[in-house]
Amino acid sequence: MNIFVCIKQVPDTETKITPNGDGTYIETSSIKWIMNPYDEFAVEQALLTKQANSGSTVTVVRVGGVKDTEALRTALAMGADDAILVESDDNLDSFMTAKALKGAIEKSGKTADVIFTGKQAIDDDCLQVPQLLAGMLNIPSVSVVVGCEEAGGAFTLKREVEGGALEVYEVKSPALIACNKGLNTPRYASLPGIMKAKRKPLAQHSLADVGVSDADRRVKYSNFQLPPEKPAGKKFEAMDEGVQASVVAEVVGLLRNEAKVI
Amino acid sequence: MAKVLVFTEITSDNVKSVTYEILGKLAGNDVDVAAVGQVPAGAVTELAKYGAANVHSLKGDNLDKYSPEGYANALKEFIGNGGYDYVFAGSTSLAKDLIPRLSGMFDAGMASEVTNFTMDGGTFAGTRPLFAGKCLAKVEIEGPKPHFITVRPNALGMPTSENAAAGNAADASVNAGEIRAAIKEIIKGASEKLDLTEANIIVSGGRAMKEAANFKILDELADAIGATVGASRAAVDSGYAPHSMQVGQTGKTVAPSLYIACGISGAIQHLAGMRTSKCIVAINTDPDAPIFTKADYGIVGDLFQIVPILTEEFKKIM
Ligand SMILES: Cc1cc2nc3c(=O)[nH]c(=O)nc-3n(C[C@H](O)[C@H](O)[C@H](O)COP(=O)(O)OP(=O)(O)OC[C@H]3O[C@@H](n4cnc5c(N)ncnc54)[C@H](O)[C@@H]3O)c2cc1C
Repeated sequence: MNIFVCIKQVPDTETKITPNGDGTYIETSSIKWIMNPYDEFAVEQALLTKQANSGSTVTVVRVGGVKDTEALRTALAMGADDAILVESDDNLDSFMTAKALKGAIEKSGKTADVIFTGKQAIDDDCLQVPQLLAGMLNIPSVSVVVGCEEAGGAFTLKREVEGGALEVYEVKSPALIACNKGLNTPRYASLPGIMKAKRKPLAQHSLADVGVSDADRRVKYSNFQLPPEKPAGKKFEAMDEGVQASVVAEVVGLLRNEAKVI
Repeated sequence: MAKVLVFTEITSDNVKSVTYEILGKLAGNDVDVAAVGQVPAGAVTELAKYGAANVHSLKGDNLDKYSPEGYANALKEFIGNGGYDYVFAGSTSLAKDLIPRLSGMFDAGMASEVTNFTMDGGTFAGTRPLFAGKCLAKVEIEGPKPHFITVRPNALGMPTSENAAAGNAADASVNAGEIRAAIKEIIKGASEKLDLTEANIIVSGGRAMKEAANFKILDELADAIGATVGASRAAVDSGYAPHSMQVGQTGKTVAPSLYIACGISGAIQHLAGMRTSKCIVAINTDPDAPIFTKADYGIVGDLFQIVPILTEEFKKIM
């Protein structure tokens, strides 16, 4: 099987976010970048699928900055075979990203049997790229996947929906599978894996190489700003059993009369 | 004035309340509503009250169960024929999956999970949180129409003024086309309550809950005030609650009127999921827990003592 995984680099979840000077994006100079957490599940599922299907290859694809190829190297160290980077300094929108990924997959000369992605990137939180990419490639997709079994190129997938319910899908390859937390436990890259990763092929293309131009922009962002700070709240001491009943009564009263949420 | 379609879902004869929130904001535009399947007469009346000019029930083969391809094909045809400038939907599990695929079929742009928007002169401009709510930005859509927008439930609030429209009910026959990824089975969830993403009140438990059985006291509190129960990642990772209950950066993003955090420290990744709650109550034994800096009302106390008293107190007034 030709297995592809799409990954993104995002700011570490602990990062303090500051808007840049003209409010068009955030300050990126001192950010620690990590592999998007959901993409780790995608890489792991790709590797598991490869292990179950001898002769398969896993190709990781990323659209993003050239300087930092760490997430691609991490995926290679985990066991992916080769990598593609589409160079882009821009903060692209979902449409451009999906189109670039499609272009990169096509340029690889391989037809994807299955594509794994994370269910969402935790920087822009758009949840669009997997579905857009599947639509552009005209293949079916299943998103928010927490269960994945494969046999003979057919997948049984569990997708999480409201109220903790699961929809069970059956789909034959080619298909796109967008992974959620809980699907598997991503492996760590071993030391030999990290050494090997340095010698694995990493192709680089420009946006133009994969057919993306500024005319593909669909979403314009501006006015990046921090959310308004909440005024300080009221705090009540209730460690002492003697005051608990009166404190609770007071808070419930405030919820009803001041906050008006009950 | 723009020609707008609001896509809605009907679950057990009810329209999702986010649909009414969206309709309220769209007052002054030419607005239709569409759902796959039959929109019940009661729902049509209600939608008309909030501004729906026409309410379309989309019908065709292979649409009894959701599939991204089937729904996208059916809506593609309907939206194309209707000449809509904008398509809105609540940001539900289904819409998050469907709308991006649909927008791509039109080569069109989409703004995900906006928390506010304007339609000045028939042109959309929205606000949306990025980086798990650590940042807000203005979002505009360019390129071919229709433009697609999903709206986070509970963010806009229910409309307060009347905005009645005709509410003509119409059936449209649509074509689901080829469906390659089909639902074989639906496994029911643990909870019959409103999903966290739609809940108006949430009671969440953290690592301090100590074991799954202790969530019973949160269930009792939730029952008293019609809330849904959530959990921190520490509680989920410790096996006290399923992942579907997790609130936060790698869990669900919620926007209830009231969020009661019990034994949750307030780590940045937890705050990411619940910071837009209108009112936050925190119960924690540590007076310096970071959650208190975000709480409107903080109770420094042992949750095992406070929560049962809280439940009794709520019962008195509900
Ligand atoms: C990539 C990434 C993603 C993450 N995503 C999420 C996410 O989606 N959601 C999430 O929640 N976390 C997430 N986390 C984890 C997060 O960093 C915290 O570890 C987690 O939120 C802590 O959960 P907690 O507050 O329940 O536990 P703790 O931090 O252990 O806090 C327990 C609190 O309970 C209090 N307490 C103890 N006993 C009592 C008592 N009897 N009564 C009252 N209070 C008591 C303590 O004072 C303490 O404040 C993520 C982390 C990473 C790195």
